[in-house]
Amino acid sequence: MKHLISTRDLSRAEAIQILDVAEEMREAGTREVKKLPALRGRTVVNLFFEDSTRTRISFEAAAKRLSADVINFSAKGSSVSKGESLKDTAQTLLAIGADAVVIRHPASGAPARLAATDWIDLPIVNAGDGMHEHPTQALLDAFTLRRQLALRENVSPLGRGLDGLKVAIVGDILHSRVARSNLWLLRTLGAEVTMVAPPTLLPVGSGTWPCTISYDLDSVLNAGVDAVMMLRVQGERMKAAYFPNPREYSRYWGLDDARLGRLNAAGMDTLILHPGPMNRGLEISSAAADSDRALVLEQVTNGVAVRMASLYLLLSGDLTKESSL
Amino acid sequence: MNYLIRDANILGEQRADVLIRDGVIAQIGTELSAEDATVVEAAGQILLPGLVDTHTHLREPGREDAETVLTGSQAAAKGGYTAVHAMANSTPVADTAGVVEQVYELGRKAGWVDVRPVGAVTVGLAGEQLSEIGAMADSRAAVRMFSDDGICVSDPLLMRRALEYVKAFDGVIAQHAQEPRLTEGAQMNEGETSAELGMPGWPAVAEESIIARDVLLAEHVDARLHVCHVSTAGSVEIIRWAKARGIKVTAEVTPHHLLLTDEKVKTFDPVYKVNPPLRRNEDVLALRAGVADGTIDVIGTDHAPHPSESKDCEWAQAAMGMTGLETALSIVQHTLVETGLLSWADVARITSTVPAQIGRLSDQGRPIAEGEPANLTLVDPEARWIVDPFAMATKGRNSPFAGMELPGAVRATFFHGHPTVLDGELASARSIDA
Repeated sequence: MKHLISTRDLSRAEAIQILDVAEEMREAGTREVKKLPALRGRTVVNLFFEDSTRTRISFEAAAKRLSADVINFSAKGSSVSKGESLKDTAQTLLAIGADAVVIRHPASGAPARLAATDWIDLPIVNAGDGMHEHPTQALLDAFTLRRQLALRENVSPLGRGLDGLKVAIVGDILHSRVARSNLWLLRTLGAEVTMVAPPTLLPVGSGTWPCTISYDLDSVLNAGVDAVMMLRVQGERMKAAYFPNPREYSRYWGLDDARLGRLNAAGMDTLILHPGPMNRGLEISSAAADSDRALVLEQVTNGVAVRMASLYLLLSGDLTKESSL
Repeated sequence: MNYLIRDANILGEQRADVLIRDGVIAQIGTELSAEDATVVEAAGQILLPGLVDTHTHLREPGREDAETVLTGSQAAAKGGYTAVHAMANSTPVADTAGVVEQVYELGRKAGWVDVRPVGAVTVGLAGEQLSEIGAMADSRAAVRMFSDDGICVSDPLLMRRALEYVKAFDGVIAQHAQEPRLTEGAQMNEGETSAELGMPGWPAVAEESIIARDVLLAEHVDARLHVCHVSTAGSVEIIRWAKARGIKVTAEVTPHHLLLTDEKVKTFDPVYKVNPPLRRNEDVLALRAGVADGTIDVIGTDHAPHPSESKDCEWAQAAMGMTGLETALSIVQHTLVETGLLSWADVARITSTVPAQIGRLSDQGRPIAEGEPANLTLVDPEARWIVDPFAMATKGRNSPFAGMELPGAVRATFFHGHPTVLDGELASARSIDA
């Protein structure tokens, strides 16, 4: 594998290799000196055509902990706002001496296009493209779940998948690249997925996806899931008539205090994930976000490890070979 | 110059020699000879009436970087065409007698095909006020087809008025059926593939609801409606119903919608970005069946050349459209003849006879008979060729068929008796004084 564009393209072996390398990276992150020399002298460009503080700094931290030089390029204030094409921007970065490109772009397929064309010949990491995919988010979610379950069972997470795990993904599936990347990766790792959303926020054509689809969050939670991923719902969706108003959305599809209370009362050990940034009070209540079930900050920590693993494997390792640090 | 086409297979039905004299088919028979005629050997080749495109974007005036009337006409001739309808979405828009006469004159001077301008339905394609339809109809360009193609005449009242008004001029409204609200930001067909790719979807219902409305309007005011580039199975069903009811509707399908599906979008290569979008395989099969049973009347290429920078980018940024003039007949052979759905006589009907009737072109799409104008195309059905956009006459390099092997090659095109194409290559333009 030369690029990381989509979780749909990842084999189970490749996915598990990334997660296993990420375990080593995470372990290194707990040391007093967090920095590894693996990518010394290499230059990673963060090419962000869309606002994102969290993902950008996570990639930046990952590259720096591997001793790579990092160039941050954001569309605002750059030549892109003057009408420069993606092709010219990419070729400029190549001329500057980039060794890998991490790209976030509002257009679905932009990273795939960079990888497929002869514009540049560098490893491309998709940091989120339109409503298509966000593979490192899915990898860090899978990493977080795998690690949590291994801790619970007091076993090593290495080499394991997520076989038999029940995961519900709840919210704005239609516009979510996180949902798509998670669906493919969770299935590859053996988990069962249920998508829960108002019908307006499920894409036409999702009926053939390898998951169960439900409009009823309560019945899904009551049936028992190992983890629930709450997706960010943008208030602006209301204006486009996807739902009547935020309160009604929250009542039916939010992980509110009442639903949290029912999980507690039923003694379920359902974990709560959220890719952030959270809309507290909309798709998730503060009590749910701050509860012991919530792995939100753990996800952020693990995000750095997963992105280190991805950059390392693309730039100096080979996903098909045994890694060594 | 006079030409003797020797041993051609007329419409795949009759082997004969055809003598062309002074732009007219002078004689059809066997073992003809004429000392003053240049012989064109046509053994094994099908002779068709010159192709007529109902739907071409020549880009001039305004986007001469994409195509000119000259280069587009040459592409048409190379594809076997002797007439094209030039869509109105130029800059300025073809919404006055002045602009349509300009395009018409450019076509005449180019001399490769009849260029028949299409007039805009509304001023500036803005969908607010009717263009001077009468002035365009009575101009030297003699416009009969009116269309805001690229944009739907979505206002139902305006569409009703347009359908009614063109009746005074024996005109037809060619509708680009696309409900605008249902397709805001749409990038590709809405379905399984758009769900996976995370692309804003372009639902079939956005096309079908407009067609359903328009056929009912056409019935109500007893006017002619032409539906551009039908792309969905549901549209075919609605048009079939309308025709059974006696509504004066004709329908067009593009070659690319007869072959390609939205699976191609998985490459994210914008060469596959087009309006209407590539649909599902079920739609492709329904469109072919619609052509076979006569529901769909004509092939329109929707030839839409773009400069390379408009496609050498990410999908969302890219322009919509594909070139088509130089591949159309091969795609028709591949999808309709070699599948057993159509005979060559049927091909003549959908690519020439009926397109000319829709546009009211009196000297195009005529029978291959003595005394008729010599607008003729010779095609070698046994030929196989690899599509190379860089070997085409069009300026556009945006062919979705690039690299594909296609059957059938245009060997010669006669435009009012003048060979614009010989031996499969562009020959010369017809003199404006001829």
